[in-house]
Amino acid sequence: MSDSQTIAVEVVGIEQVTPLIKHFRLAPLGAAALPVFSGGSHIIVVMQGADRVHKNPYSLLSSPQALDTYEIGVRRMEESRGGSHFMHDRVVVGSRLEIAHPVNLFPLDKIARKHVLIAGGIGITPVLAQLEDLHGGSVPYELHYSVRSPEHAAFLQRLRGSEGARLNMYYDSEGQLIPFEPLLGSQPLGTHVYVCGPAGMINHVIATAQASGWPDSHIHWEQFSAPPVGDAFEVFLARTKISVHVPPDQSLLESIEAAGVEVPYLCRGGVCGFCQTRVLELDGDLVHNDHFLSEADKAKGKNIMPCVSRARCKRLVLDL
Amino acid sequence: MNAALFKPDETFRGDFSFRNSPQAIRRFPLPFPEDNYMYSVNIEPHLPGPAGSVTEFAFDVDEHYVAECREREIVLAEEPLRYQALPHMMSSQWDCLELIMESLARDYPAHFSLTKQGNRWRWINRPLELDQQFIFGDPASLPREPLDYITRQAQGDFVVMDQREGDLWAEAGMVTTQADWSLDFDVGMTFKEWHGPVPLAHEMQVFDRALKFLLNLRLGQPVRRLNWTMTIHPRLDTSPENYPKWGRDRAMVTPQNAGDLVHLRVELQGLWRLPRSNAIVFGIRCYLISLRELATVPKWARRVHRVLRDLHPALIDYKGLTRYREAAVAWLEPFDDGAPTSPGTAPE
Repeated sequence: MSDSQTIAVEVVGIEQVTPLIKHFRLAPLGAAALPVFSGGSHIIVVMQGADRVHKNPYSLLSSPQALDTYEIGVRRMEESRGGSHFMHDRVVVGSRLEIAHPVNLFPLDKIARKHVLIAGGIGITPVLAQLEDLHGGSVPYELHYSVRSPEHAAFLQRLRGSEGARLNMYYDSEGQLIPFEPLLGSQPLGTHVYVCGPAGMINHVIATAQASGWPDSHIHWEQFSAPPVGDAFEVFLARTKISVHVPPDQSLLESIEAAGVEVPYLCRGGVCGFCQTRVLELDGDLVHNDHFLSEADKAKGKNIMPCVSRARCKRLVLDL
Repeated sequence: MNAALFKPDETFRGDFSFRNSPQAIRRFPLPFPEDNYMYSVNIEPHLPGPAGSVTEFAFDVDEHYVAECREREIVLAEEPLRYQALPHMMSSQWDCLELIMESLARDYPAHFSLTKQGNRWRWINRPLELDQQFIFGDPASLPREPLDYITRQAQGDFVVMDQREGDLWAEAGMVTTQADWSLDFDVGMTFKEWHGPVPLAHEMQVFDRALKFLLNLRLGQPVRRLNWTMTIHPRLDTSPENYPKWGRDRAMVTPQNAGDLVHLRVELQGLWRLPRSNAIVFGIRCYLISLRELATVPKWARRVHRVLRDLHPALIDYKGLTRYREAAVAWLEPFDDGAPTSPGTAPE
């Protein structure tokens, strides 16, 4: 995508829902309703910072039936490069932002016989919209939601109201853990599991499900990586024939964009594979931070996801 | 599109009275930008084309609109399974109905109108004399399932593909104007299974690349491509089910009658991401033109002559041209003086 296809929105509501999470309501500028979407979708929010443009993916947590506003939840990241701090500290009611059309990389499977939804912390956000799509349907589902402590249980009132007994809460502070082995070991055939949360939780769910005999096609997960910081390095773009400096706190994709070169992207979180770029030369190591390339592909070092991945090298040449 | 230009009585069977007006010939979507042809992943954004062109709007409504809708009704009356939708495709059916109704009402306000009060919608189709009030999302409020209802009022075939397991599954559709493939046979198949019979392209990894591209197709950013084959008579319904009715036509072609019997058949294929269902709708709009009509444009006569003359043997076979290609080439040959053709497909 390019920024000409974004939608201008105004922040019409902000609520601090936990010590770390703020809940934003975004309304379109002008009269038109926002685009229809499906549960599990995310948008890219474009933030004009003082010295840099932030483009972060956030899941839509509002009902796909309610298109007068989109709602997102933003967790303040400890090691933020700026995006989440910008949303928390700079954005106020009345602020204007640009957003991209929704993209769904975490959709519910329409032929599932049952859905098991597992969320950890801020990972509850895409699940909230998925639940809206499940209401009124005939397919059974259950939700398992794990948080650090009661004060970190974002959107709990909304969930209690809509989900009743289908909601299972787990508080780390009370020593409550989601019982993954019995949960995933006792589901009927045709069940799909969806997990969104910290990397450790996702990896554990995937490993447990696989060990319990689940087919990979029935295991769904989503985790957006914020681009990690790293050492500075130089990249040469072979087609455009320019050199770009990548500073420690800016991603490869952001640095290339700042140099005026457009790279096609979708999620900016290492999930979709859309920005995959060929590596032509390298005098060091790639630091792969994406969830798209297989371990074998990462080892080969022929391709990189510039949205989250970096290099430890003096010189990297990309096919751009 | 002026209502007076609709030709409601033309036929695509029996006496085959279908003809293209001079205006329709000039806007015909020739699929050959060069004097030779091979597959490519020729996908481009489905952006509005020049005024009057077939890509000016999301869905092209032309002089054949009423006649093509009538032809669809004839096919469906004989073979109801040309329309199918698996149960989990209902949300995508509403997505398709919304896409087509909103596009037609926006682009052809003289012919179609759509008014909404919340979920209470009113749809008016003047060329077909329909006035329907219904509740969006309630299948019982329409005389047919939503996809069935709206595609009976649209030119071209539609296949709706659910996206799951990193693949696209053809699980709903309205297919009555197809070039020798069957929805009844293909329904439930994955993208590569559905394209299994296509020669060469698998080895060229055309489908790997196309699938990867489509899995990332974005809302509000539809894409299109052109595909082509040839058909004897202006027959829209060349289905495998009806092969006995049309297969033998191919033996009738001679260098003398090829100009009237042989038609270039071009598919304007459009692909849209659907918002509620996250499915993709694949529109396959068929345009027919006889060699005689085509030859009224000198550049096109030269180019099509050269493309057909030099076509790869595997494509000749797959496109079903084997029995009559030589006759078509012979009919076109006098129009080809060997002069170079200008780049692009414009008629000059």
